Amino acid sequence: MSRLHVDWTRCDGHGACAELVPELLASDEWGFPVSRTGERDPEVPAYLAEHAEHAVRSCPLMALSRV
Amino acid sequence: MSTIAPVDTRRLLTAEPADSLPVLSLEALLALAEESGLTGRGGAGFPTAIKLRAVAEGGTAPVVVGNAMEGEPLSRKDAVLLTRAPHLVVEGLALVGRALRARETVLAIGPEINPAAAEAAARVGRVRVARLEGGFVAGQESALVNQLDGRPAVPRDPLVRITTKGVDGRPTLVLNAETLAQLALAARHGAAWFRLAGTEEDPGTSLFSISGAVERSGVVEAARGSRLRDVLAAAVPVDPVAVLVGGYHGAWLPASQLDTRLTARELRPWGAAVGAGVLYVLGRDLCPIRAAAAIATYLADESAAQCGPCVNGLPRMADALQRLADRVPDPGLPHEIDRMRLLVVGRGACAHPDGTARMVASTMRVFEDHVTRHLAGHCEIEGARR
Repeated sequence: MSRLHVDWTRCDGHGACAELVPELLASDEWGFPVSRTGERDPEVPAYLAEHAEHAVRSCPLMALSRV
Repeated sequence: MSTIAPVDTRRLLTAEPADSLPVLSLEALLALAEESGLTGRGGAGFPTAIKLRAVAEGGTAPVVVGNAMEGEPLSRKDAVLLTRAPHLVVEGLALVGRALRARETVLAIGPEINPAAAEAAARVGRVRVARLEGGFVAGQESALVNQLDGRPAVPRDPLVRITTKGVDGRPTLVLNAETLAQLALAARHGAAWFRLAGTEEDPGTSLFSISGAVERSGVVEAARGSRLRDVLAAAVPVDPVAVLVGGYHGAWLPASQLDTRLTARELRPWGAAVGAGVLYVLGRDLCPIRAAAAIATYLADESAAQCGPCVNGLPRMADALQRLADRVPDPGLPHEIDRMRLLVVGRGACAHPDGTARMVASTMRVFEDHVTRHLAGHCEIEGARR
């Protein structure tokens, strides 16, 4: 099991991650990702692993990682 | 930067320089930190033994940094310590540096602190003094590491800890100046002596910076776990309404709670912690919402401007609090403040948004009656809406 981690020093609020894994991340009013699970780094369930990986690869600032 | 008579135990500010620096093996140092129960005096209050061990287990020669950045505007204790007993800080730093076989031992000093005494003491202890740029977050560990590496003094993503990879890519141990001084005294006198002051859970003494509605602001040393009233006594509070415990990232205790002991357990219900020992006394002549709004505005300006929620959320939160202080007739203000608070918590590289949100939450709770009157257009201190 892994978690999605946002490096806030890199994130610029492009919003790709929230579109690719809406089950785990929403966007706040400025476009920055918000964890939907209440955890700081939301846990990635197995069935979302592929989507999460896609979101990680799609972040233009490489701000999202699986930890 | 005056010093006033401590209410309980006088240790740090009266210590004389040692004839020779004590030398401790790594094992002895770890045992001392463990048995004394020493915790960090810079804010987070983390057990020093755990930090030491994390770096000791790294296997690479570390960098040891003494943190005297003192970026908190109301904190004076590191400045007083480095003026009155700089040798203790250097002694602690040298002690840790030797035990860990550090590659480098640095004392990082912020711009508010006169470095002369520290530089003189550092020559004896073979410690390098780095005079650095200041700012509220500049003393945050990873921001400090960045500045020592020649980069801007902004926090790093906490995923890679500085105890793994810090200054120059080396495992880095950052300990507050007072923590190092405490460690030096514990090395001289032993863990049992250290525990003679304070409580079983929270032993030793601490320096407290007292300001606000007091006759004599300054720094006092008191046993950990002392009652708030007793720590404040030497500064002579003038008609206090509340005390902001833990500084700008701290929380309020109303004046009815002055018998509270400054322990983690007794402060927790108020959302407060001793932190770096900053105690700000609010008097009857200043509107608490006004005071909190000024602090929130300052903290919003002090954002390192890296993390979106902090950059966007802190000014919004401060602005709403400011409008509440001004008695703008908008019943939605408390909700807006709450919403911003919840939106910034846990969403940054450092604890700056969380600390700011803590102070604001405490303001809304402790001064609830005052908030209600403001919403009705009235303030018992500032009068009716202008």
